[in-house]
Amino acid sequence: MRAKYVLAEMLVGLWRNVTMTIAMIITMIVSLSMLGASLLMYMQVDEMKGHYYEQVEVSIYLEKSIQDAERSDIKSKLDSDPLVKNVLWETKEMAYENFKAQFRDAPDLVNAIGADELPESFRVALHDPKKFDQINATYAGLPGVDTVVDQQKLLQKIFDILGSIQNLSLVVAGFMGLAALLLVANTIQVAAYSKRREVAVMKLVGASNWFIQAPFVLEAVFAALLGSILAWVMLVVGKVVLIDGKLAALTDLLLPVSWGNVNLMLPILAGIGSVVSAVTAWVTLRFYIRV
Amino acid sequence: MTKTYPKASRPSLDDVSVSIEKGDFVFFIGPSGSGKSSIVKLMLHEIKPNKGKVIVNGKEISSMRSWKIPSFRRSIGCVFQDFRLLPNKTAYENVAFALEVIGKSKAVARRVVPEVLELVGLGGKEHRYPHELSGGEQQRVAVARAFVNRPLILLADEPTGNLDPDTSIEIMRLLDRINRTGTTVVMVTHDSNIVNQMRRRVIEIEGGRIVRDQARGVYG
Repeated sequence: MRAKYVLAEMLVGLWRNVTMTIAMIITMIVSLSMLGASLLMYMQVDEMKGHYYEQVEVSIYLEKSIQDAERSDIKSKLDSDPLVKNVLWETKEMAYENFKAQFRDAPDLVNAIGADELPESFRVALHDPKKFDQINATYAGLPGVDTVVDQQKLLQKIFDILGSIQNLSLVVAGFMGLAALLLVANTIQVAAYSKRREVAVMKLVGASNWFIQAPFVLEAVFAALLGSILAWVMLVVGKVVLIDGKLAALTDLLLPVSWGNVNLMLPILAGIGSVVSAVTAWVTLRFYIRV
Repeated sequence: MTKTYPKASRPSLDDVSVSIEKGDFVFFIGPSGSGKSSIVKLMLHEIKPNKGKVIVNGKEISSMRSWKIPSFRRSIGCVFQDFRLLPNKTAYENVAFALEVIGKSKAVARRVVPEVLELVGLGGKEHRYPHELSGGEQQRVAVARAFVNRPLILLADEPTGNLDPDTSIEIMRLLDRINRTGTTVVMVTHDSNIVNQMRRRVIEIEGGRIVRDQARGVYG
């Protein structure tokens, strides 16, 4: 009976300020979907880092004038190095073949390069790609070594761009979240004001605090749950239309966003949204309905 | 017990000490601003004293934890000058509301509410809205709401302030009847007519101090 009363009061309250309720839900949708998008991007960047860093290599380019003894010296050093996972020796011929394959769309460029002009190199995969500096320190100065290049540095630029997009959406989510909070506080105040007579009588006859406050808090939680479900729908639409649709060509590079991660956003957004709005509503009532 | 409101130059109640026995009928009288209404607020724990204690039903409420206040208030009924009825609810619903919000079931309300409405003399008018009732009838609804929970104490803050003399007398008869069931009645008023007719204990307050406490007093 009490639960029924509280729920009925909640629905009446939401309906009485229906424009405010809609405004509250819309700001929640926007802020929660931005939050969801940036969380997804964070998980995505993490996954991509893992994926690419496993494939990432350090290239040790060798001088053209390198002696066989120097080369085998470097090779044995690499083979016994605990940091190194495996080593591939790319000869001049292999480098040229790779180059031809890579730039097959630009025959002029291929023709401009002679078959023995490309440097030979060791392609070194590391157990921990972050230990590039140690590799660089050990091998850069050895006789016969031209330069040591870390492919990770190239990837870092892509990750930096993704990171700044993620930060931007977090900032937007923050601002919209603040707007949503203020709207929640405002809606609850209006709801409490429109029921001030009932609240005064309830306090007078000794209704418990939770019983007075529950319908208002539930209004905010209900709006947050609805907002988070719609925000999740926005993320699903975003995945289907944008990531899997228009940007499908890029997913070779960017890795597809998994359904598991998208679905994980529903409980996360619903949880964050409802807890934050419940606390906001409760704090608002603390100031508004004094015992 | 002393109560000073913030920003007030002198205390509203200055070192006042009074004790009311169970089953008493007490009038607090005095001019406006004398501090008599503060007594009702103190007994309801709407305000706290700056110094001293307020003991109601054997419990010291001046130091009571705030979460215990709702259940404490269930033992006190309250009637005000402005009735404080909910305009969108009928007489029955107004009284039932007071039961529902403290967790009583609809079945209890169906049994108890008609009974108490009959007691206050509103039998047959259960389904009228407040605007369809006269001032005296509205105050009867308010008394029914205050009494439906069988409180130990009934606080009445100028209950006849908005009523004509004849209606006031009827409300007083009702309060007297409630008092005879064993309920302590504490009434704040400046209606000399009523005080003189009832001949009950009168405590007069002036400038925050008790100037008279008389067992079968008149308005003076």
